[in-house]
Amino acid sequence: MDWPALSLSLQLALATMLVLLPLGVWAGRTLAWGRFRGKALLEALLALPLVLPPTVLGFYLLVAMGGGSALGHWYQSITGHTLAFSFEGLLIASVLFNLPFAIQPMQRSFEAIALEVREAALCCGMSRWRILRRIELPLAWPGILSAMVLTFAHTLGEFGVVLMVGGSIPGETKTIAIAIYDRVQAFDTAAAGRMSAVLLGISLAAIGLSYLIRPSPGRVQHG
Amino acid sequence: MVDPETGARGLHAVLHQSGPIPLAAEILCAPGEVLALVGPSGSGKSTLLRCIAGLYTPREGRVACSGETWLDTGGGIRLSPARRRIGMVFQNYALFPHLSALENVQEAMASPATPQARARALELLDKVHLEGLSARRPRELSGGQQQRVALARALARDPQALLLDEPFSAVDRATRERLYGELAELRRELRMPVVLVTHDLDEAVILADRLTLLSRGRSIQSGAPLEVMQRPATLEAARLAGIENLFSAQVLAHCPDGGFTLLAWNGDQVRARLQPAFPVGTRVAWAIHTAGVLLMPRNRPPRGRLDHPLEARVTGMLGLVDRVRVQVLVFGQAEQALTMSIPRHLVDRYAICEGGSIALRLRGEHIQVMPDEVSSASGPIQ
Repeated sequence: MDWPALSLSLQLALATMLVLLPLGVWAGRTLAWGRFRGKALLEALLALPLVLPPTVLGFYLLVAMGGGSALGHWYQSITGHTLAFSFEGLLIASVLFNLPFAIQPMQRSFEAIALEVREAALCCGMSRWRILRRIELPLAWPGILSAMVLTFAHTLGEFGVVLMVGGSIPGETKTIAIAIYDRVQAFDTAAAGRMSAVLLGISLAAIGLSYLIRPSPGRVQHG
Repeated sequence: MVDPETGARGLHAVLHQSGPIPLAAEILCAPGEVLALVGPSGSGKSTLLRCIAGLYTPREGRVACSGETWLDTGGGIRLSPARRRIGMVFQNYALFPHLSALENVQEAMASPATPQARARALELLDKVHLEGLSARRPRELSGGQQQRVALARALARDPQALLLDEPFSAVDRATRERLYGELAELRRELRMPVVLVTHDLDEAVILADRLTLLSRGRSIQSGAPLEVMQRPATLEAARLAGIENLFSAQVLAHCPDGGFTLLAWNGDQVRARLQPAFPVGTRVAWAIHTAGVLLMPRNRPPRGRLDHPLEARVTGMLGLVDRVRVQVLVFGQAEQALTMSIPRHLVDRYAICEGGSIALRLRGEHIQVMPDEVSSASGPIQ
């Protein structure tokens, strides 16, 4: 069992969730209710990671983060090391390829909040912050939870982008998915099996948890 | 408190725009008064309410309430809904589904988490007859109970104006009639202007002190509900007031001593309430509400000074619970279609049936003369 790889994967998944939670809420809310030029194009771009082969996305990110690029050069001048093949680079890649998994469920759940309910909150004299905290977030909670679970599970299992951007540096960029691949390459199927089972368990637990805390439909009285 | 610019008391709104939703309306609602905005779907009545609430901003307009200006497009004033002290009841109530009835009401208060807010919210729920249901969520309440929570929430802010957007449209008839009674009782305590949007004329008559008819965003006529419904100023207002008996005629004479205006209609002379604004000889339209068309037993001639007897043939009958809508063709120069409403027991007593002939009388006091917009020779107006 490659514990450092598992630990790195969990750290990466948690960090990605933490970055995408506020970003997803903001973007999901804006896309759900905002009307602006280029909205369809923006939605298409955000959905791109769903259809783009991970290696293609990984390739472009590698080029963008490499020392030859403006971003890579700037990052290296500040930190003294390259963005590619680092945990930070991996986090940026992880955030980008998880954008649709985080934003889309949140967008759908914000869209499901009736316009009248939001208007009623305004007519109650509630501040924007209070409306977000007391009305919007509790009502959009199932979508936000789904988004976080999907992001977490997807980050744990991502292979192509992580390999392209991070390589396989033990303790730095070698995630559990890459560790499994390494073990299979080395014909160590027992270790690969154990790690796969752990990953399966974690993913199952995450998905199961999201179903467990999802609100159940209540009793409806008519008349 | 009066509007600093116009001197109007209570709520005053003047709204104009050519599109996308045309608006050309002025409404005035005094403190303690219930004003009904009545019009068909798409007449802009909900948009008007949204303009007052600040949920929609027209191109040009001014909204002032209790001496405060909420909107003045010319002066660059546009207060957000949160800064306008309004209480609004939405058509489908728009309750916060994840909060209890009590929390719904508390959320509309300035400091919702305080014991005082809780006590006040409980008091409001008691006032709308929801004792013991404060812990229930909206989905655990019936339509009528949800409407009461919405009303309590709207009052929780101590609003300067109460806005009701078709609040009775989502409940069944029995609940609606019970709620009418409760609202009528509650409004005696309310000191703020109340604007009620409805498409139901009966609802407006029951609940409102004044009524404004709306069509395509324009205010057509305002006044006491019965007056607007029985004395529409134009053909459009008459149609909006649900008057089906619309005809064309010519003014023959005005008789101030007798208190009537004589009309030439269908080869006959009809006495209408004195309306001298229309010169003798002009073509006019006239309208009579079904309340002004009465059955006349043949053995009892009309006794009213302005009553006009007519013979007619019944062409259609539509039975309601206690009344029957009867369509007749009036004999004369040309056959004229007329609609009347007869109590069911009289239909039975006089054995009124389709194809049979009946005698009826038009009450001249109910005949309203209007400018003839589509002139035709003493015929019906479609």
